[in-house]
Amino acid sequence: MTELHNLGVAELAALLKNKEVSAVDVATRFLARCGGNPHHAFLDIDSEATLAQARASDAKLANGTAGPLEGVPVAHKDVFVTRDFATTAGSKMLSGYRSPFDATVVARLRDAGMVSLGKLNCDEFAMGSSNENSAYGAVTNPWNAAYVPGGSSGGSAAAVAARLTPAATGTDTGGSIRQPAAFCGITGIKPTYGRASRYGMVAFASSLDQAGPMARSAEDCALLLSAMCGPDLDRDSTSLNVSAENFSAHLNKSLQGLRVGVPHEFFGDGLAADVRGAIDAALKQLQSQGATLVPISLPRTELSIPVYYIIAPAEASSNLSRFDGVKFGHRAKDFADLTDMYKKTRAEGFGDEVKRRIMTGAYVLSHGYYDAYYLQAQKIRRMIADDFQRAFADCDVIAGPVAPTTAWKLGDKTDDPVANYLADIFTLPASLAGLPCMSVPVGLGDGGMPVGLQLIGNYLQEAKLLNVAHQFQLATDHHTQQPGAAA
Amino acid sequence: MSLDSTDIARIANLARLELQPEESTRMQGQINAFFDIVTQISQVDTTGVLPMAHPVDAMQHLQANISDADAQGITLRLRPDVASEPNAREANQRSAPAVERGLFLVPKVIE
Repeated sequence: MTELHNLGVAELAALLKNKEVSAVDVATRFLARCGGNPHHAFLDIDSEATLAQARASDAKLANGTAGPLEGVPVAHKDVFVTRDFATTAGSKMLSGYRSPFDATVVARLRDAGMVSLGKLNCDEFAMGSSNENSAYGAVTNPWNAAYVPGGSSGGSAAAVAARLTPAATGTDTGGSIRQPAAFCGITGIKPTYGRASRYGMVAFASSLDQAGPMARSAEDCALLLSAMCGPDLDRDSTSLNVSAENFSAHLNKSLQGLRVGVPHEFFGDGLAADVRGAIDAALKQLQSQGATLVPISLPRTELSIPVYYIIAPAEASSNLSRFDGVKFGHRAKDFADLTDMYKKTRAEGFGDEVKRRIMTGAYVLSHGYYDAYYLQAQKIRRMIADDFQRAFADCDVIAGPVAPTTAWKLGDKTDDPVANYLADIFTLPASLAGLPCMSVPVGLGDGGMPVGLQLIGNYLQEAKLLNVAHQFQLATDHHTQQPGAAA
Repeated sequence: MSLDSTDIARIANLARLELQPEESTRMQGQINAFFDIVTQISQVDTTGVLPMAHPVDAMQHLQANISDADAQGITLRLRPDVASEPNAREANQRSAPAVERGLFLVPKVIE
């Protein structure tokens, strides 16, 4: 039998259901894999908490009350609050913080039977695309430890790629599921904004933040997504009142007649040759499976960078005002008065990138600048969303690269925040529009680093995206390739 | 347009952040570098375009593409103003820096 840690969610669920292994066996095996914290992927591991969940799962498997994913391990990005593990959001501000409740997404996956292995490293408050903004040290890429895993869900992507967990949760505000999934050669999906509850997700930019699963196949992502989504009407005012869906139901539909829109703005001079080669080959593969490629235009792709980096920091500056040293988290030791306490607490608790975004956000919202920056950005945001609707008149899904390059070396962009922002160009448009989108591994580029294909669907079309990705994965083996470090 | 050190100090005060002098200088350079790429948004003609605060708003304008049952669920809402959560004051205050008799402690505000 294949070693347990090489099995995916669907395979493990089947073994557990047939009682060929116990949840405790599976948890023990993965906890052993996580020993020594490879790639610095985890921020909190507590074997006792994990084994207690596994024992409870075994009891349910024994008495016939098991959920669909009973006993299958998962690990959560550290922006989801959890009772069983500390929650820091990768920030010193929340060092050692214990939530009195579980995030809705965490609770739903537990209800479906999943056993939590712990909390995964990420950029501080999910702000970053390399994981180097974590206050607890960067995650390294399992394909090459000199490279970044992407971000902000870098711990999630690295842990899944290195077989430390069969699946993980991530959050995506401007690409934080898709880009690390691409950089680490795994599969990840961000559903339509409002599909998954934001209750218990440490807020970064509330009109953009969305939770999603990261795993090694579209089939496994569909299983997690089906459990994660659904209305949470009393606890999240932006939760869509759209019934939970079985996203596994349409995986086997043929791609015959599928119209794949290819935006020429995603294939300009900035696209690295190795990424272009892998994406072109993937598009040809889809064609060979019956899809038609349709040239489309998303004319405001480049504008999405300033628009996103105005709107997201504006919302962040408001959301992060709650970290004031009063109700939870860090408080400075020495201060003159209340205002001084706020300022010193925040100066000590936040890292550089978080401070930059709070400053930018406070500025674009301030008197005299609001109309020129924030309001203008919101207007262009609508134009970007409208561009997608025009494009979807001619196609069923949109395909292109997730990022202009493969993963870069640790330290390469740390002194240049704008260089990091520019690298988000292909993930930001769908985030601003609130569309579902995913990353699918399509092979290796220069230096053996993974390339991700981005698929973007219209609102509530997650099942279509997962169908396309699954059909692609049935015909190819890119998603089964393993980093040498994990062998 | 470029932010000077006075602007940075004003924004830092609004954001309740104490910046060290060298941090302030570094941030000034980085924020100005960012605003270099922002200038292009002022060239865009947005006459008559409604600001989009939220994706749910964009979805509402497209309900033709979505089934009737789903369309009714796509709306921002407020829940009824009734108590729905149990009182968990003690649990909620466990992570607070300073608490006394169930109250959050802060430095004296009024003399």
